Amino acid sequence: MSTLDAKIPEGPIDKKWTNHKNKINLVNPANKRLIDVIVVGTGLAGGSAAATLAELGYNVKAFAYQDSPRRAHSIAAQGGINAAKNYQGDGDSTYRLFYDTVKGGDYRSREANVYRLAEVSANIIDQCVAQGVPFARDYGGLLDNRSFGGVLVSRTFYAKGQTGQQLLLGAYSAMNRQIARGKIKMYNRHEMLDVVVVDGKARGIIARNLVTGEIERHSAHAVVIASGGYGNVYFLSTNAMGSNASAAWKIHKKGAYFANPCYTQIHPTCIPRSGDYQSKLTLMSESLRNDGRIWVPKNMDDVLAIREGRKKPTDLSEEERDYYLERRYPAFGNLVPRDVASRAAKERCDAGYGVNETGEAVYLDFKSAIERYGKEQAQIHGISNPSKEQILEMGEKVVENKYGNLFQMYEKIVDENPYKTPMKIYPATHYTMGGIWVDYNLMTTIPGCYAIGEANFSDHGANRLGASALMQGLADGYFVLPYTIGDYLSHDIRTGAIPTNTPEFDEAEKAVKDRINFFINNNGTKTVDHFHKRLGKVMWDKVGMARNAQGLNEAMAEIKAIREEFWKDVKVPGKADELNPELEKAGRVADFLELGELFARDALQREESCGGHFREESVELDGEQKGEAKRNDTDFAFVAAWEYKGEPADAVLHKENLEFKDIELKQRSYK
Amino acid sequence: MNLTLQIWRQNGPNDAGRMVEYKVSDISEHMSFLEMMDVLNEELVAKGDDPVAFDHDCREGICGMCSMFINGEAHGPDRGVTTCQLHMRMFNDGDTIYIEPFRAKAFPVIKDLIVDRSSFDRIQHAGGYVSVNTSGNTQDANSLPVPKADADKAFDAATCIGCGACVATCKNSSAMLFVGAKVSQYALLPQGKVEAVERVKNMVHQMDLEGFGNCTNTGACEIECPKGISLSNIARMNREFFVSALAGE
Amino acid sequence: MSAPTGIVKTSIARKFVMAFTGFFLIVFLLTHLSINLLTLSSDPEAFNEASHFMATNPLIQVMQYVLAAGFLIHIIMGIKLTKQNSDARPVKYVKNNAAANSGFASRSMIVTGLLVLVFIVLHLKDYFWVLKFGDMTPYSSDYDLVVGLFSSPLYTVIYVAAFVLLGIHLSHGFQSAFQSLGANHPQYTPFVKGFGTWYSILVPAGFALVAVWHFVQSL
Repeated sequence: MSTLDAKIPEGPIDKKWTNHKNKINLVNPANKRLIDVIVVGTGLAGGSAAATLAELGYNVKAFAYQDSPRRAHSIAAQGGINAAKNYQGDGDSTYRLFYDTVKGGDYRSREANVYRLAEVSANIIDQCVAQGVPFARDYGGLLDNRSFGGVLVSRTFYAKGQTGQQLLLGAYSAMNRQIARGKIKMYNRHEMLDVVVVDGKARGIIARNLVTGEIERHSAHAVVIASGGYGNVYFLSTNAMGSNASAAWKIHKKGAYFANPCYTQIHPTCIPRSGDYQSKLTLMSESLRNDGRIWVPKNMDDVLAIREGRKKPTDLSEEERDYYLERRYPAFGNLVPRDVASRAAKERCDAGYGVNETGEAVYLDFKSAIERYGKEQAQIHGISNPSKEQILEMGEKVVENKYGNLFQMYEKIVDENPYKTPMKIYPATHYTMGGIWVDYNLMTTIPGCYAIGEANFSDHGANRLGASALMQGLADGYFVLPYTIGDYLSHDIRTGAIPTNTPEFDEAEKAVKDRINFFINNNGTKTVDHFHKRLGKVMWDKVGMARNAQGLNEAMAEIKAIREEFWKDVKVPGKADELNPELEKAGRVADFLELGELFARDALQREESCGGHFREESVELDGEQKGEAKRNDTDFAFVAAWEYKGEPADAVLHKENLEFKDIELKQRSYK
Repeated sequence: MNLTLQIWRQNGPNDAGRMVEYKVSDISEHMSFLEMMDVLNEELVAKGDDPVAFDHDCREGICGMCSMFINGEAHGPDRGVTTCQLHMRMFNDGDTIYIEPFRAKAFPVIKDLIVDRSSFDRIQHAGGYVSVNTSGNTQDANSLPVPKADADKAFDAATCIGCGACVATCKNSSAMLFVGAKVSQYALLPQGKVEAVERVKNMVHQMDLEGFGNCTNTGACEIECPKGISLSNIARMNREFFVSALAGE
Repeated sequence: MSAPTGIVKTSIARKFVMAFTGFFLIVFLLTHLSINLLTLSSDPEAFNEASHFMATNPLIQVMQYVLAAGFLIHIIMGIKLTKQNSDARPVKYVKNNAAANSGFASRSMIVTGLLVLVFIVLHLKDYFWVLKFGDMTPYSSDYDLVVGLFSSPLYTVIYVAAFVLLGIHLSHGFQSAFQSLGANHPQYTPFVKGFGTWYSILVPAGFALVAVWHFVQSL
C-alpha cells in the first residue's frame, strides 16, 4: 500500500489555484496547432472541454456513443447549478460554497479541489449567459435563484426543470462553432473500447464505429475521459440506458486508479418500480421536497388496506399518518440531504410500511402545500370566506406554476393525478461520487490521461449536494482542464503526430477485436440483460442503501459467479461488422461485472458510514444521534484508490490521506 | 394484453425495407412503449432472430434519441410525450400497432427504426451558437438585464430536444419548427442579436441544402412536438429572415 | 461567413412569394365579388357599366396583366413547392394518421388549388374570352351573357362546386399567408384566423349566391 501524491499546490487555500495557474507551463498558439487531444464523452464536462480546447487551438477529436453530442445524459439534469454569485445578498461567498460542499460530502473530498470549484463557479454563470443559455429571470430582467437541500442560501441558478438541458445545449453550441471551424472533429455513434499507452503515456484510443462495426485507431497527445458515472451497475437507475463505465474501466485496466467506487448517491425522490420489465427509473427533482411532505401510514392495517385497494391514501386522517422525516429530523424535516432521506424511506419500507404492491414506495404529499398556497392566494385576492374548492383550485395553480412539468411527467408515467392524490416515490441510484482517481490537475495515474466530470472522483466526497454536478462538470471542462492540460502538453510540442501503426496500437486493436469476436461466436443461451439484471439485484440488495460485512462478502462472491457464468453463457446475436446494440451492451455489462465486485470490495474495506455509504455496523449507539450514520475520521479520512491487478479481488489499495486545514471536521446533524 | 405489431425492418441504408408482423403477449398496461419493445427483442434474441434496432437513451423524454412513428403519428397517439414516455395504457388488447422509422430524405434509415439525423447537427454548425470564447472573461451575468418575457420565450424555444418529430410528422418533411426554435432562442436574447442577421441566413441555407421540404403551415409539427414548441417560432424565423434579406450585404 | 446569393431560392422566400401572391388574389376576389353582386340589382345597367369600366379603364387593363402574373406565379410556385415537398420524403409511410394533427384544408392545398385552376380555365373560356375577344352578337349585353351561362344547371353546379373548393383553399390559405409573412402574435392571430374563416365562407358564398340566384331566376 502506497500513498498517493495529489500534487496540491502550496499556499493558502484561496491562493492555490491562482498561484498554480501563474506557475504552470503554457503552450504557444502556433504549437497548439501541432497537438491533438481526444475527448471521450460530450456531456457537460466533455463538451465544454472539447469546445474550450479547440478554441485554444488544439486539434480535438470528440467521441460520443449517441448520434449527437447534444444527447449526452447531462441533458436530463433538472434542478439547477450552484454558483457563489451572492446575487441574492444572503451572505453567500466562495468560502461558504466551499464549506457547504465539503460538509455535504461528509468530509471525504479534497479541500483544494473543492475550493477551486467554488472559486470558478461564478465564471460558469457568466460564460453560460454569454452563450445564450436562457436561465430563469425575475421581472427586473436579472437572474433568479432558488434554494436547494442542505444549504442556507439561495445560490442555485435554473432554467425551469430543464437546467441540464439548457447548459448542455450551451456547451453543444460552443462545440458546433468549433466543429464548423474544423477544430473539433466529431465522431458520433462511436464507442471507445480501449486506451493505447505508448512509453507509459496515453497516446490514443481504439474506438468502434457503432454503425459499421469498424474498429478504428485514433492517436493524440493526450486523452480526456469524460464518460460519466457508473450508476448503471445497478441495472435500474436514473442514468440513460446507454450510460456506461467502459471508458473509465478500460483506463483503469491500463493503469488508472479507481477511487472510492462505493460512494454512490441514491436519490430519494424517484418514481417507484412498477414491475420486472422495468428498464429504468425516473427522477423527480429534489425541489419537490420544498413543498411535499413525505409519509407512510402509522398502522399496518392501513398499509394492507391501501395495497389491496380497500383504502385510498386520501382516506387517512392526519393522526393516521407517519411523517417520518419530520418526526426524526425536526430541524430539517423533509429537507434533509439526499442520503438521509433515502435511508429513512428504506427503513420504513423494510419495516413493512411501503405503500404499493412491491412494498417499496412512500408518499410525497402536496395537500398541505396546496391548501397553504390556496389560503395565501385567497388573502391576496381579498376573498374573505373562500370555499374549500376555491382554496384547492387556487393552491393547485400555484403548485402547477412551480412544478407543472414534473407533475405532468409523473402523471404520464404513473397514470395518477398528483394534485389529487399523493405521489408515490422511492429512492433510486442517481449519481456516483466515486470514479477515476485524479490529481489536482485532473490527471489520472496514467500520464497524459485525464478524467473530468462525473467520471472522476474529485469534488463531492461521499455525498453530492443538489445542483453541484452541473457545476463540477462545467468547471472541469471550461475552466480547469484547459489550463492544467497545457502544463503536460508543453512537453509535447516537438513530438509530432502520434503514429497509429505501432505495436501498441496493434496489440490494443487485437485485444478489442478478440473480445468482440468472442461475444459474436459464443453460443450461449442467455441474453446480456439477463446477466445485467442479476448483477443489478445483487448490487441493490447487498451494496445498496445499507451495507454490512456479511452482505458485501456474499456480493463479491455472487458477482464473481455471475461474471464467470456470463463469459460462458452469454448470447449475442448478429454480426460484428454491423449496427449491433446487443454487442454494445455485452461489452458494457462485462465491465460492470468487474466494477461491481470492486465496488463491493471498496464498501467492505470502508468500515465506517459516511455520506452515501452506510455500514450497518457503524451507527451511533446512543444519545441524540442514536441510529444515525457514524463516521470514523481517525481511520478512514482517506481516498481509497484501487490499482488493477487482474481479478477485482486482487486489486491493490492506495491511499490518499485527506487533510482538513480550513474546515473543522464535525458530525453532520440534521436533528 | 396481446398485440400484433407491424414493424419496419430494413437491414441497412441500401436495403429496400419491409413491414414484418410480430405478436407479443402479456403486455402490462403500465409498461412504457419501449419496454414493450424490449420484451419483443428479448424474445427475438432468445429465438436466435435479429432484434429490432431502435434509438433510445435517457428514457425520460429529454435526450431526443427515441424516434418512432407509431400508428401514423410521430411518438404515437399521446400528446406532449416522446416515444419513451408513451405508455401501453394508450392501447387496447388485440390492437395492431404500426411502427415505422421517422421518414424523410434528410433522415436516411441506418437500420430498422434507426435514422441518421446528422442533418440537424449540420444546421446547428451553420450558426446555432453565439460566437463567444469560453475564456471566463465575459462580463458579469447580471450586467445585461433581459426582459422576463423574452427570457421565458427564449427558454420555451430552447426546450427543443432535436428529436425530429416535426420533420417526421410534416407532410412536407420540413424542418422549419426545429430551425425556427433555434433561431428564435438567439433572436430573443441580447447575446444572440449581434449575429442574428447572418445566423438566420446561414441556418436556413443549410436547412435547404439538407433536402428538407417547405413549410405549408399545416401546424402538424406543433401538435406532435413532444415539447410543444410553438409555430410562432417559425413566424419569428420568417421575420428574422426578411430583415436579414433586407439588411443585404 | 455569408450565405451564398440566391435568397429568392430559399424555402422561406418561396413561401413569402406564395403568401404575397395569395394576398393579392384574396383582394382581387373581393373586387370581383362586388361586381358580381351588382348582377343581383334590379337594374342590369349597373352591372353593364361596371363591366364596361373593367374592360376599358387603362389602369385595370394594366392590372389584368399583373393579376395574370400573380395567378401564374402562385400556381407555378405551388406546383414546384409540392414537387419539392414530395421529394423530401421518397419513402412514404405505410400508415399515416395525418388527420390527427392537421386539418384537411391544409393538407389538400394542391388538390383544391388545381381544381379551382380547372374552373378558372373554364371560366375564362366561357366568359372572359367571350367578353373580351369573342363573338358577343348573340348577347344583348354583358349582363345577358351572365344570365345565359347560369341558365345551365351543369354550369351552375360546376360554379358552386368550384367556390366550395375555393372556400376550403382559402380557409387555410388566408391565415397561412399571415404566418408565412411572419405575422404571428398571441393577441392578433386568433382574430386573423377568425376573420380568415369568415372570409373563406362569406366570399365564396357570395359568388355561389349569384350563380344560384340567376339559375333560379332562369327557371
